[in-house]
Amino acid sequence: MSLDLHDYVLSAQCYTVRLMLALLAVPYKTIAVDVYPGGAEAPVLTDGEIELREPGLILMFLAREYDRAGTWLPATGIEAVSRWLAFAATELVPLGEARLVATLGRPGDLAGLNRAGRAALRKIEDHLTLQALAGGDWLAGESPTIADIAVFPAAALSHDSGIGHEDFPAINLWQRRVRRLPGFVGMPGIPDYF
Amino acid sequence: MSAEAAALDQWYVIGSLRDFPQGASTRRLLGTDLVVTRNGESFAASAGRPLPVRTEYGHVWTSLGAPARPVFELPEILETDRRSIYCGAVTVRASGLRLVENFLDLAHFPYVHTEILGTESKPEVAKYEVEQRRDVDELWATKCEFFQPKAAAASDEGQISQYMYRVVSPFNVMLYKTPPTAPNRWDVIALFIQPVEPDLSIAHPFMLVIDDTSTDAELIGFQQMIFLQDKIVLENQRPRLLPLQPGRETPTRADLSSVLYRRWLKEKALTYGTEERTDRVA
Repeated sequence: MSLDLHDYVLSAQCYTVRLMLALLAVPYKTIAVDVYPGGAEAPVLTDGEIELREPGLILMFLAREYDRAGTWLPATGIEAVSRWLAFAATELVPLGEARLVATLGRPGDLAGLNRAGRAALRKIEDHLTLQALAGGDWLAGESPTIADIAVFPAAALSHDSGIGHEDFPAINLWQRRVRRLPGFVGMPGIPDYF
Repeated sequence: MSAEAAALDQWYVIGSLRDFPQGASTRRLLGTDLVVTRNGESFAASAGRPLPVRTEYGHVWTSLGAPARPVFELPEILETDRRSIYCGAVTVRASGLRLVENFLDLAHFPYVHTEILGTESKPEVAKYEVEQRRDVDELWATKCEFFQPKAAAASDEGQISQYMYRVVSPFNVMLYKTPPTAPNRWDVIALFIQPVEPDLSIAHPFMLVIDDTSTDAELIGFQQMIFLQDKIVLENQRPRLLPLQPGRETPTRADLSSVLYRRWLKEKALTYGTEERTDRVA
């Protein structure tokens, strides 16, 4: 089997997939597509006959097919992981859209999107704070899961739309932990050095 | 801050031709709202009064003042084997002059574009030459060399890239660089800057390249990746506005082109996007 990723370097969703593949040390080939200004669709991951489009779905697929140790999508606590995948696909979306408005000039109400983005970051912050009080470092469970990888890119890139991490100390500590994971790769806006 | 004559009397890109829908759309330039009207392939612009418009190099240009010269020459546009690649507009919360300086800077390659345009084990900026060409009123930096692990989208291995830089107006700059596939010619990478406010700019990167192997999407992706890496640095530079006052920022030998650029801006009495000086009585 060989994995092909239709990739756009500046897309946070594409980065989610690239990051997961890097953390799993799975080789893959990228096919650059022009999302902006071209309007192409990405990410699209193909594995032989299988074609997947949604980042959360791709994360589930990669965890099931390529994570031999089974830690990224653990058998217990799957509901907590799923909740964060759903969060990334819904409540976190305005933050991603704010970034596209702020950086690539896509039409949209930046202030409104950022307000919704802040509210989403606040939820992550509160949850991570509760986790920390209970001795936990990650969004779901005791070790990093695909929940962390689904949420990390938009949260880490929030400064692209003007939201710093000053008000979110738990997110700041958590994103440092993500950056220290073996195999971690960055993207423009998320430097490898830190 | 309202724009002064030196800034007003220049040509500015306000978008690529394909960005404009038929009919009226709005843009902002030097703190002024513009209405751009497209009728087929002809363009008109106004800001309460009609503005001059040019369509050159795939972009729409206008001016709020009276430019003394036409839009600069870019003869490579006529070479038929070049591909012209429009890379999309990127908004940057920084002075347009800071963008130009960053574009001129070689020293940041190993640290900002690590393992792409430079590598931390080879950070040295070799001596290069700068000159002000008074006949065309342009700045040039020539004989620039830098070791690059991945100089362009089509690169398979590292190379010593040759560069020339050309500043054609305070907010328009381009570089000439040896392509991996045609070492006896120059790729052209231009950065057309639309200053929206003193500390807010829209960058329009544009390329005229010789490359048979990369797809448009690869070329655009490569250029955008580089540009977004710069954006992080640009938006965190302080002061936000370019300081022209002596002593505010200390240049080194590698910053020769920036020294010349700042001197040239002073000579032109350009202040839009610069920090207010406190060393002179008005």
